[in-house]
Order: sequence, then structure tokens, then C-alpha cells
Amino acid sequence: MTTPILSARNIEKSFGQVRAMQGASFDVDEGEIVALIGDNGAGKSTLTKILSGVLQPDSGEILIDGKPVHFDSPLDARTHGIETVYQDLSLAVDLNAVQNLYLGREISAPGLMGRLGFLDKKLMRRRAQESFTRLGVRVPDLRAAVANFSGGQRQGIAVARALMWAQRVVFMDEPTAALGVAQTRNVLDLIRRVRDNGISVVLISHSMPDVLAVSDRVTVLRHGRRVATYATGAVTSDELVAAMTGALEREGASA
Amino acid sequence: MTVDTASDNTTTKDQPSMLHDALPRKPLIRRLLDGPELMIFGSLIIIIAIFTVMAPAAFLSGINLRNMAIEASMMMILAVGMTYVIIASGIDLSVGAVLVFSSVASLIAMRATGSDASWVPVLGLVVSLASGALWGLVNGLLIARARLTPLIVTLASMGIALGLARLMTGGVDLTGVPRSIVTSIGIGRLGGLPVIVLIACVFTAIAGIALHMTRFGLYTYAVGSNEQGARRAGIKVDRHIVSIYVISGVCAGLAGYLTLARFSSTTISGHAMDNLKAITAVVLGGASLFGGVGSMYGTAAGVFIPVVLASGLIIVGLPSFWQEVAVGIVLLAAVLLDQYRRRSRSS
Repeated sequence: MTTPILSARNIEKSFGQVRAMQGASFDVDEGEIVALIGDNGAGKSTLTKILSGVLQPDSGEILIDGKPVHFDSPLDARTHGIETVYQDLSLAVDLNAVQNLYLGREISAPGLMGRLGFLDKKLMRRRAQESFTRLGVRVPDLRAAVANFSGGQRQGIAVARALMWAQRVVFMDEPTAALGVAQTRNVLDLIRRVRDNGISVVLISHSMPDVLAVSDRVTVLRHGRRVATYATGAVTSDELVAAMTGALEREGASA
Repeated sequence: MTVDTASDNTTTKDQPSMLHDALPRKPLIRRLLDGPELMIFGSLIIIIAIFTVMAPAAFLSGINLRNMAIEASMMMILAVGMTYVIIASGIDLSVGAVLVFSSVASLIAMRATGSDASWVPVLGLVVSLASGALWGLVNGLLIARARLTPLIVTLASMGIALGLARLMTGGVDLTGVPRSIVTSIGIGRLGGLPVIVLIACVFTAIAGIALHMTRFGLYTYAVGSNEQGARRAGIKVDRHIVSIYVISGVCAGLAGYLTLARFSSTTISGHAMDNLKAITAVVLGGASLFGGVGSMYGTAAGVFIPVVLASGLIIVGLPSFWQEVAVGIVLLAAVLLDQYRRRSRSS
């Protein structure tokens, strides 16, 4: 078996009295779509936040290519090629699509102007346009504030931003929750295309049909632990629900 | 300059067709709503036109134009800082008090030298700017690091700064501003234009370029638009907020120095409303108190409206109190417009 590109080992995390993570483990292999499912409060969000550097675990370790790493902030995770599409999208809605795509990673203007803080807007716009075209994300007006766009269009921009920068893993937290049928299909297509480009996707979702349609593997969390991992082709929706609700016993030593 | 008001809706020809297929041309009313600066500029031009027609000789006289320009310049310098603060979804009530404090500290320092050497005015300027920066730093640290609300922090620092200024002077305005400052800046002219106006223009231009064209300005919009999102994008949000309040403080310090030059004394009780006037100008100029929206040229127009109204109403023989009424109404209109714009676009 190959080494997973990203792993969590025995992660513990408490918020006051609440033990959100109780020894959770999780693996992402290269070039796969792995779905992370679980009932509300199972710890999906917490685990995602820990693996994208937003939260720090109380104990346990994070490994990249089998080597332990430590994420103090989302920046640390990003330098390891891990990007996140947050459920709230995390867009600055008063800025335009290009500015959102490059926020925090702007391209400076050449020479002295760049050192004075001026930006190369033309280059960023051109590259952003290329990315949107490549990813098939429709943006009606690259100069308009994102606030003017529909939920689906904003989703597209947030996803495009993560995909543009991700080198290894993209976390997507409920990317289809706010979308209609056609838009959902677009996002799922996009996820497949990302995987086909060799970038792994972690899909956090409540939607069984989405999970079964797109993922290669499914990991089920319950009470802050991994209770099961299935190859998607070999599992039914009923079995997944059984694992989520605890009708199925917890898997043994998961490492 | 790209302010993100979507006023620019012309699709360029080099875009691939998929990016603008079925893009409807926005109706005029919608484009006006997206570009509030246009409305404020329009209102300003209409007001100027009305007074020009009613009393051309007096309204357009050199002395009236000069007075209006100086009046607007002093307010503009405070409004420059306030524009940054409001775009970052903050508020700074302390600017008038910091202005007074800086001018008092500056004048005390200059008088303490007991000299009228040419470096004394420079010392005064440094002390004034440094006092302003220090108050801004205090505000910024309490807001960004201690996570107190800007309204309360700057309300408190307003009281403290003004109180300290009164303690330092015993409540009586100080005189003894070096003559050279008064003659060169206060009443000085360069190419026929008052030096104060020139200073304000250069200052505003630099601040506007920084706001609309640099990374610092972009981050100001980002922080005001979505603070958590900015943090996740790797922007050092706390440090940025601190710098913005420092900018506002430095603006107040500069304005304090210029009031010394203009009135050749401190003006302790003359700035109680400066904070609200600056906020009014910025909001009139299309900025949103929710943050993320605003522009320097909008603020410039917003600064002129109260000034032009005040002067014009007197000239045409109406009580100048009407200016307060009119500004209040325009302000309400601006806020209603912002509210409507926000509601109509959040789908």
C-alpha cells in the first residue's frame, strides 16, 4: 500500500466539556476523492478545520507523505498545498472575482512600483480568466463585486480559488448544500476533473447521492472517531447510514 | 482605479464568449445604485449650479471660493483617515479630540524651545503627527488586540484626549504659534492657491492612490468586507486594523498642525463636531458603515456638500441653519440608498 499524502492519527480535540475529536484518524491517498460523512456533531467540521490549519488539535498528529507536520494557521496548510472551500465560501463580497482569487497572494507590479505596493492587475485578471475558463466556472463580469452574483456563481469562484492554488488536497465543506440540481452536477463534474488532474479532494457532505456519485472512498465519522471506511463501489446508502447512526460496530485499530 | 462598485459593466472584447454570454445590460437605475459616487458628484454639481445662478458674483468670488476650499481642505484631511477606517468597517469618534490634543502638544513643544529657529516648525510638525499616531495606535491596539468595539474605544479616547488637552492648557487656548508657520502655511499662497489647499490636495491624492491601487488599500476593503475571510486568506488582519487607526490618528495630527497655522492659536473648543462631520462626508461619499465599500473621490465630494451649502445659503440670504437640515436629509438619503443597495443585491 502506498503512503497516504495526508493523514490524521488519533486526533483529540475538546471544546470545554465537549470532546469533539476522540482519537479520530483519516487518510487521503493521491489522486482520489474521499468523502467524509457523519451525522451532525460527528466531528466532520472539526476534523476539516484541524487538517486545514484553522484549529490545532489537543493531541494526535498530522502527516504529509508520512512525515509529521504542524499547522499553526491556514497559511501553513496552504504552503503544503492544502486548500479549503469553506461552507460560507469565505469570499470578500465587495471585491471582484479576480481580487478574491488572488487575495493574500496578489501579483506585484514589476520593479519599484511593486515594492511600493502596486499590483499587476492586468496579469492577475488575465490569469484569473484563464483559470475560470479552464475550470469551466462562469463569471458574468470580472470587474463586478462578487456580491452581485448568484449563490451558484459565488460557489464557482470559491471553488476556482481553491483549485487554482491547491497542489495536493482540496477540502470542500458542503459544496453543494446551497445549490440547485444543475449547479450541483457542475460542481461534482468539477470535483472529478480536479481528481483527474492528480489533486485529491476531501468532500464533506450530507448528501448521500452526491457522495455515492462522485467519491472513490467514503470515511464515516461518529462521535469524533472514524467508524468505517468503504470503497464507494462496494457500499450502499443503507450501509453508510447504518455506520453513521451506530447500527454498525466501530472498526478496530484503524491505523 | 477599480473600486468594486460594478459601475464598469462593459465587457471587453478579448473575453471568451462563455464569460459573458447572455449578460444583460444593466438598467441605468441599477448602475447608478452601484456607483453612489456618481450621485453625490451629481448632487454637488446641482447645488453649485443653483447658487451660481442665484448669486453668481458673490458665490463665485475669489474670496468665497478660497474660503470654501480652505474649509473643505481642513475637513478633507480628517475625512481621508475616516475613509480608511469606515471601509475597514470601523469608526473613529476621536479625530476631533486627537486634532486638539496634537495641536496643543505641538504648540507646547514649540514654545518650550524658546526659539524661533527654522527647525522649530519642523519639531512642531513631528510632535503633532507623532501625537496623532500614538492615539491611533492606542485605538487600534484596543480594537484589534483587545477586541473592543471601535465605537466605545474611540468614544473613550475622544474624552481622554480632549480632557488631557484641556489639562495641559488649563482650558484656555494657547497662542504663540511661530510666525513662520502662519505666514508660510496658514495664510501662504503658492501660484495663487492657498498652501493649506495644496497640502490637502497632495495628501488626498496620495491617500487615494494608496487606497485604490495598492495592496494595502485592497486589504482595507477585504478586511471591511469579510474579516474572517481575510484572515483565512493570510492577511494579517489585526496589524492592518492597527495601521488604519494609526493613519486616522496621523490625519488628525496633520489637521491639528494646520489649524495652528491657520488660526495662530489652539482651538480647543472648536472641534467637538469634527468627528461627526468627517463621518458624514465619508458616508455622503458612498461609503458603507457596514464596511467594504467607499472611495476617496466620493469622500472628496462628500466633504464639499456641507461646505458649499453653508456658504451658498448665507450668500442667498437664507439662515445658514438650513445647511444642517439639508445635510441631515442628504445623509439620510445616502444611508437609505446604501441599505437598499445591500438588500437588492444579496440574493
